[in-house]
Amino acid sequence: MKKHLIPAAVLTLVMLVFFTVIYPMAVWGIAQFSPNWGKGEIIEHEGRHHYANIGHSFIRDDYFWSRPSAVDYNAGGSGGSNKGPSNEEYLASVQARIDTFLLHNPGIDKSQIPVDLITASGSGLDPHISIQAAEVQVARVARERNLPEDTVSELVASQTEKPLLGIFGPARINVLKLNLALDNLSE
Amino acid sequence: MNTELIGIVVMFTAAIVLAIPFGKYIAKVYGGEKMGLDPIFNPIEKLFYKTSRIDPSSPMDWKQHMVAMLTINMVWFLLGMLILMTQGSLPLNPDRNPSMPADLAFNTVISFVVNCNLQHYSGETGLSYLGQFWLMFLQFVSAGTGMAAAAVVFRAFREKTSSSLGNFYDFFVKSCTRILLPVSFLIAVILAFDGTPMTFEGKDTIVSLEGDTVEVSRGPAAAFVSIKHVGTNGGGFFGVNSAHPFENPSYLSNMVEMVGQLIIPLAMVFAFGYFIRRKRLSWMIFGVMTVGFLMLAIPNILMEVNGNPAIGKMGIDNTLGAMEGKEVRLGAAASGFWSIVTTVISTGSVNSMHDSSMALSGMNELLAMMINCFYGGVGVGILNFFVFIILAVFVSGLMVGRTPEFLGKKVEAREMKIAMIIALIHPLMILVGTGLATAFPEQGASTLNNPGFHGFSEILYEYTSSSANNGSGFEGLGDNTLWWNISTGFVLILSRFLPIIGPVAIAGLLADKRFIPEGEGTLKTDTSTFGLMVFAVIFIVAALAFFPALALGPIAEFFSM
Repeated sequence: MKKHLIPAAVLTLVMLVFFTVIYPMAVWGIAQFSPNWGKGEIIEHEGRHHYANIGHSFIRDDYFWSRPSAVDYNAGGSGGSNKGPSNEEYLASVQARIDTFLLHNPGIDKSQIPVDLITASGSGLDPHISIQAAEVQVARVARERNLPEDTVSELVASQTEKPLLGIFGPARINVLKLNLALDNLSE
Repeated sequence: MNTELIGIVVMFTAAIVLAIPFGKYIAKVYGGEKMGLDPIFNPIEKLFYKTSRIDPSSPMDWKQHMVAMLTINMVWFLLGMLILMTQGSLPLNPDRNPSMPADLAFNTVISFVVNCNLQHYSGETGLSYLGQFWLMFLQFVSAGTGMAAAAVVFRAFREKTSSSLGNFYDFFVKSCTRILLPVSFLIAVILAFDGTPMTFEGKDTIVSLEGDTVEVSRGPAAAFVSIKHVGTNGGGFFGVNSAHPFENPSYLSNMVEMVGQLIIPLAMVFAFGYFIRRKRLSWMIFGVMTVGFLMLAIPNILMEVNGNPAIGKMGIDNTLGAMEGKEVRLGAAASGFWSIVTTVISTGSVNSMHDSSMALSGMNELLAMMINCFYGGVGVGILNFFVFIILAVFVSGLMVGRTPEFLGKKVEAREMKIAMIIALIHPLMILVGTGLATAFPEQGASTLNNPGFHGFSEILYEYTSSSANNGSGFEGLGDNTLWWNISTGFVLILSRFLPIIGPVAIAGLLADKRFIPEGEGTLKTDTSTFGLMVFAVIFIVAALAFFPALALGPIAEFFSM
């Protein structure tokens, strides 16, 4: 063991330089050519900036709602609820979310509520909702904004992100982009 | 929904198609053959050896290999304790995160040294960028350690009779520079362009449309996230790992990370065949692993896609599947698939919260780690499988009344004893740990996030993940306590190094023995019959040992719903 100790320590130090300085600096250098210099994709809007990939909390009736979040969309951290599927307390909170949704969206039957709107995401920062989750909110948003429902429906359709190359993965809607488009429409 | 299933099929197929030529490449690397990348890597490696005064051509027997391996791992452990316990006052700390307390540092360093990446902290608040970089270093070298150990076993079966099995430093350095680095670099670049941050700036503050002021953690994540998958380490840069929209911004990044984590474990199987010039044996191993993998993965995809029946009963539209703890951009199907990939190959990165998966999905995730050799972690997966091959050779030998042989070498009592001990350490660690934590409610039960059977599963999962060196978790568990940090720390060490030393010792002992040419009575190990035999041994030893524990956790939960 003694014979190996010094060589092992020196080897560790030279490899440290290679793998924690040269390798990340090379990646960093190339990332400077990516959108926003590798600092995360930004959307500028009315003097404020937002991260396209980080969801926002939307709870006002005149915005499309985001999914429930275990960390309230504070991206200084991240986290899911980690509730098990049979947890009674958890199931009661899901029921409460359904009741709240129905209260704010009169005329909607509960069979129209998609599951993503009443369950918390893994990261607590999910920027997306499903297409159904946007459609089921159209009537409410249109009423609150005094817009025709068709106009809002068209907006939802135009904000729909298709599966990758049209064939891989789910279609989805970025809630922040949808609500920004909504604000632009109302002005 | 169809687009989600097509996505899975393409990810899996792409990984296999890429793994076959990559396996050939790995075999060339360990064989020391000339290759196109020599002009780049030869000077770098020479520099490493020159500064550290290591002669990579001096041959070692299996014991010398293990001494070299353990020594350098000890160096990493000591240096790691120093860095994590002082990171608060070291540079590269824009968010002013504190130094780690001793017990958390102990757990974290061990966990990254042994390629597990159990994380009892959250990256956003628990580490400085310097700390993250140190862990990223460990992600490279711990993966390299496992691969070097596998290379020793490869070498033992290439020569007819020999006790010199190559040089540890040679295998280890080449694993890091020629195998892990190029793939990681490529994936890091793809991720950076797909939206994963690669910046040294600290937290940003934004104001949402509704006027809330929130912080956004950033950091040099792209370089970290790629090696975390390529080395099947699995430790996330951010707390929620690859569920985080920065670590895994899109379905594309999800596919890239999936292929990235599958490619080396798959390629090692093919590399073995190329290296010892027995390709059929590789296909037998690959076949058994793949059948086992699909038997776990397909039910999980179905259960997650079908959704939580308890929520379905509430009368809502449940067609998107079990979305609690999952991300819309990835969907239930890809998350169910990932949950098994990450547990069979010991990555332990997650793109959904396993704590919230369906009861029997949770069981399959546990089983995947309990078996721990369907593909398995880089290098160590094939070592674990090798132990089961030895057991199967012995059992088959007894059945036909002949001396058991594997690749022309007699398997005798000494090798069998080692194989049995290694096969039993895993259940021992998991079941004793779980038993103790359950027996002391103030240590175990008080840290749970869910009541009843599911709570027991949280304890079982933590020890299983530790012993499998996996690193995923039922993350509701409040695991940053003295009990969890220390107890899982010891499980991690024992369950890492013994299952490396055991198979290497067996291979070393076999390599020393006289080579017996194949004859009439030789048991053929590259046939589907023998594959079935290995599968049966795995099923009996690994799966049945855990049945009572599974019955108390996920199975009981399933029947209570």
